[in-house]
Amino acid sequence: MKLSGGDLLMRALKDEGVKFVFGYPGGAALHIYDSIFKQKAFEHILVRHEQGATHAADGYSRATGKPGVALVTSGPGATNAITGLATAFMDSIPLVVISGQVQSHLIGTDSFQETDMIGISRPIVKHSFIVQNTQDIPRIVQEAFHIATTGRPGPVVIDIPKDKTDPSQLFEYKRAKEISLRSYQPRVLPHPGQIKKASKKILSAERPVIYAGGGVILGNAHKELISLNKLLKAPVTNTLMGLGAYPAKDKYFMGMLGMHGTYQANMAMHNADVIIGIGARFDDRITNTPSMFAPNAKIVHIDVDPASISKIINADIPIVGQVKESLIALIKEIKRAKIKIDSEALDRWNIQISQWREKHGLDHDLYLSKIKSSMIAPQVVVQELYHATQGNAFVTSDVGQHQMFVAQYYHFNKPRRWINSGGLGTMGFGLPAAMGVKLAFPKQEVVCVTGEGSIQMCIQELSTCLQYNLPIKIININNEALGMVRQWQDMNYGGRHSASTYSDSLPDFVKLAQSYGHVGMKVTKQSQLKKTLEKAFAMKDRLVFVDVYVDPNEHVYPMLVAPNGSTKDMWIKKNTKA
Amino acid sequence: MKRIISILIENKPGALARVVGLFHQRGYNIETLNVGPVFDGSFSRMTVTTRGSENDVEQITKQINKIIDVIKVSDLTEGDHHEYEFVLIKFKHSEKIQKILKGLNGKIHEKNKDVMVMSAWGSSSDIEVAIKSIGKVNLLEIARSGSIGLHEGEKVLKI
Ligand SMILES: Cc1ncc(C[n+]2csc(CCOP(=O)(O)OP(=O)(O)O)c2C)c(N)n1
Ligand SMILES: [Mg+2]
Repeated sequence: MKLSGGDLLMRALKDEGVKFVFGYPGGAALHIYDSIFKQKAFEHILVRHEQGATHAADGYSRATGKPGVALVTSGPGATNAITGLATAFMDSIPLVVISGQVQSHLIGTDSFQETDMIGISRPIVKHSFIVQNTQDIPRIVQEAFHIATTGRPGPVVIDIPKDKTDPSQLFEYKRAKEISLRSYQPRVLPHPGQIKKASKKILSAERPVIYAGGGVILGNAHKELISLNKLLKAPVTNTLMGLGAYPAKDKYFMGMLGMHGTYQANMAMHNADVIIGIGARFDDRITNTPSMFAPNAKIVHIDVDPASISKIINADIPIVGQVKESLIALIKEIKRAKIKIDSEALDRWNIQISQWREKHGLDHDLYLSKIKSSMIAPQVVVQELYHATQGNAFVTSDVGQHQMFVAQYYHFNKPRRWINSGGLGTMGFGLPAAMGVKLAFPKQEVVCVTGEGSIQMCIQELSTCLQYNLPIKIININNEALGMVRQWQDMNYGGRHSASTYSDSLPDFVKLAQSYGHVGMKVTKQSQLKKTLEKAFAMKDRLVFVDVYVDPNEHVYPMLVAPNGSTKDMWIKKNTKA
Repeated sequence: MKRIISILIENKPGALARVVGLFHQRGYNIETLNVGPVFDGSFSRMTVTTRGSENDVEQITKQINKIIDVIKVSDLTEGDHHEYEFVLIKFKHSEKIQKILKGLNGKIHEKNKDVMVMSAWGSSSDIEVAIKSIGKVNLLEIARSGSIGLHEGEKVLKI
């Protein structure tokens, strides 16, 4: 049977196993939307802004491990998708974003709703295609999914001029059995020689640290990571993107590292003699001043992307390969090795880390000690949330202090439960991302922890949540300010709060939620917090927006001292350096 | 230090823009750029010259390699190599310029009452020296091909 370009696209998406397409229609995408109307393989989710479509597809992907799909029209539809593409690109999330384009003969003429989507998106996509022949659509879709999901994953754009989906032009659908691109063959298996060297280096360590990032989650290698540390018994830290890759409740877990990492994790990095970097990229939030980073450590670095290795910190033993395959090989090699790790030295090291934890570690029982306080501490909101959800929720977040508090205080024991924009730091990510997660896991608790600043960047998606009945719980940590900005102004700009407050013009979020057809709750006192959360979570089939007013003067600590600091240089509380 | 980077890439629309864009995006400068189809025409070979430390070039080549359309990347300056550049020069009659270009495989392509067009080729540094000594007097126009190069010996850039 011959199909139109639009129908070819439907068939190709179906054959990729796509279950949801997040999108928004417009002129250049109308043929495609007509094809959508006629198909049943996937559900189309009509968002309220194309940014929401890309974040929702992204959240879906982060939670499921499958590629997310978004569909937008040309011009403003395409440009609205840019922030979502950049967000996915920075965190290596596999997305396929399909954009309508003006008709081929109009390209380059500044026609109505024409933008050069391929050009605009070039630096923030893994790859992009423009459809020049309708019959290529199946192949292009297949290649796009292949590229998005293999190697170091990332977003791929397919730009389709309107005439290529003309319903009157019909073509045969052909799907290749296998995709092989002569110019794209990402490395899977690590070099055995490097694995041997790494094993030797690791086993001769006295103060090893496992530093694991989002690559462990993307590469589905968390089980291997746990197995590795069953052998090593080394302290482990996760990056913001890696939380959940190693169980937070494990005794070797030190918490997150970096800018707002725990004291013990940052101290361990600074004092380590061997750092095993796994699927992490030594970015500037982790290393602080690179020349002062981990002065005595030898670096073993496992990553699927060779360009991530020795980019910022020189790796002594680079290992290029899929994280899973590399860890399997490393575990095998360590088991086979004749030398054993010096367990006495390692014990001393683990004791040292416990001492650091006792000295300046996070207080995970704040919710007990602050029970009588008048103002609500934002950290306590997260701790209460953790208990209310038994630590089992999918938690999305936005960007700011609230995001860091979740990363610090919600213990993620499983991968893919913590969904946040780490690399780009995109305010507005949390709510649409939660929609993608909830669609994938309708029976599971999905919480969006946000701030009154961030939530207003994609608030319109509350309407989508009603249309598709997505009973997400939104916890708005309301400090009546762009809290993270204000923290920096407090610390570095003499407390001059330039353009970071708006307390007299905030909306009534309870009424706002209600007007979108949802439930709104407001909490202003510590004594109401626990009960309100319980009430909200008891409303299983309603979206509940819980607006929690917190102490606006809280800062996030620890915080690395910059510029010219190493990772041992931290602010531990207001005006106090460790 | 000057680097000559050779790139074998799919001859597809947009492929060149991805490479050029990457230099800008990652903060590296392109000094010269040459590109043309090779083999069966489904490939292009690009030669880019840039300046940077060993580390810079390692990053550049790794990042270029990540571009999906790129098949192979090689830093020619890492080993022995051949490198040449071709120039076309238009000038008002000048014995001096003619003489300089003659010393660089110069050839006359046009000669009339007012102007002359000559070509020349040689190593980029020889070309550089020649252009300096030509100066501004009588010179009308120069077009340079940018460096092209190959590895010495067995080493080749192909699939
Ligand atoms: C789209 C976007 N614009 C600006 C910023 C810079 N920024 C980082 S955190 C922050 C404040 C966020 O405020 P809020 O959502 O209320 O969170 P809080 O820090 O108060 O918890 C801002 C403006 C950003 N990350 N994203
Ligand atoms: Mg705020």
